[in-house]
Amino acid sequence: MSRQDNGHGSLGAYFGVFAALMVLTALTLWAAFQHLGIWNTPVALAIATTKAVMVVLIFMHLRSSPRLTAIVVATSVLFLAFLLLVTASDYLTRTWIPIYFR
Amino acid sequence: MGSSTHAADVAARDAPPELRHHFVDMEAQKEASALGMWIFLVTEVLFFGGMFTAYVIYRAAYTRAFEGASNLLDLKLGAFNTVVLILSSLTMALAVWAGQQGKKALIILFLLLTVLLGSTFLGVKVVEYKQKFARHEVPGPHFVVPMDEATHQPLPRQAEMFFSLYFCMTGLHALHMIIGIGLLLWLVARARRGDFTVRYNTPVDMVGLYWHFVDIVWIFLFPLLYLLGRHTL
Repeated sequence: MSRQDNGHGSLGAYFGVFAALMVLTALTLWAAFQHLGIWNTPVALAIATTKAVMVVLIFMHLRSSPRLTAIVVATSVLFLAFLLLVTASDYLTRTWIPIYFR
Repeated sequence: MGSSTHAADVAARDAPPELRHHFVDMEAQKEASALGMWIFLVTEVLFFGGMFTAYVIYRAAYTRAFEGASNLLDLKLGAFNTVVLILSSLTMALAVWAGQQGKKALIILFLLLTVLLGSTFLGVKVVEYKQKFARHEVPGPHFVVPMDEATHQPLPRQAEMFFSLYFCMTGLHALHMIIGIGLLLWLVARARRGDFTVRYNTPVDMVGLYWHFVDIVWIFLFPLLYLLGRHTL
């Protein structure tokens, strides 16, 4: 457990993250109008996830938090993945089986 | 930590007034607070996660209705609100930073700036909601199936499902913002009273975590609600 740094983020990091978030917002707006086929949503989600990770690491001080906090954060990602994947494995696969074909 | 009675007595006598007796020191107390807050945020992730799951299922089933209905949202207002909310996360981070320095005037300044930006976000949301009511795009008996801006045909009627999710997701998000602004004003009152010092600023930190979480929810809501069909225009 690291205790030396109690989440004292530097001001430079905060402004840096803010600038990066602005750039990524502009990027996602631009990307939304490009014809990327099935890739529009994955690209948008990749950008959003990048933004979220920066907020969590710097604004929410996860980078300088005890490892236990990182495990808790990972738990939320894990359970969200369970929720989405298990539900999707039912609903999104129903048409794969001929008997349910609409 | 040693368990000698004498050491415990000395520790109790020298303890800062903010320290609860069941914590070894301020550091341990703060870590416990942060852990509790993060666990709460895990439950929040799953709370919003249920709605995101519903969104994924219905969007997969009614893709065209969702893309067409999404194009009817006001992109300029949505993008403006995204910038406002990210800016409010910056001012919140600066308030937490000021808290760690124990700079009372700066804490209050950054908290009030965050309140101002959060209120701006909600004000824009009110304008958007009013627009939706005026155009009969609110699910319910007065809902009128809108035209598809890309094909100039009426959208599939499941566009109503998109707007249901839009109102549920942005409404729940706005509720979190309102609670957040209440918490910020409570912090301002405490800061004015001089509660926060270099030694003790945990509440500012914890509300900060909550505020950033609400920002993250919007970071995902914006592309999923406002941007999903733009490439079809």
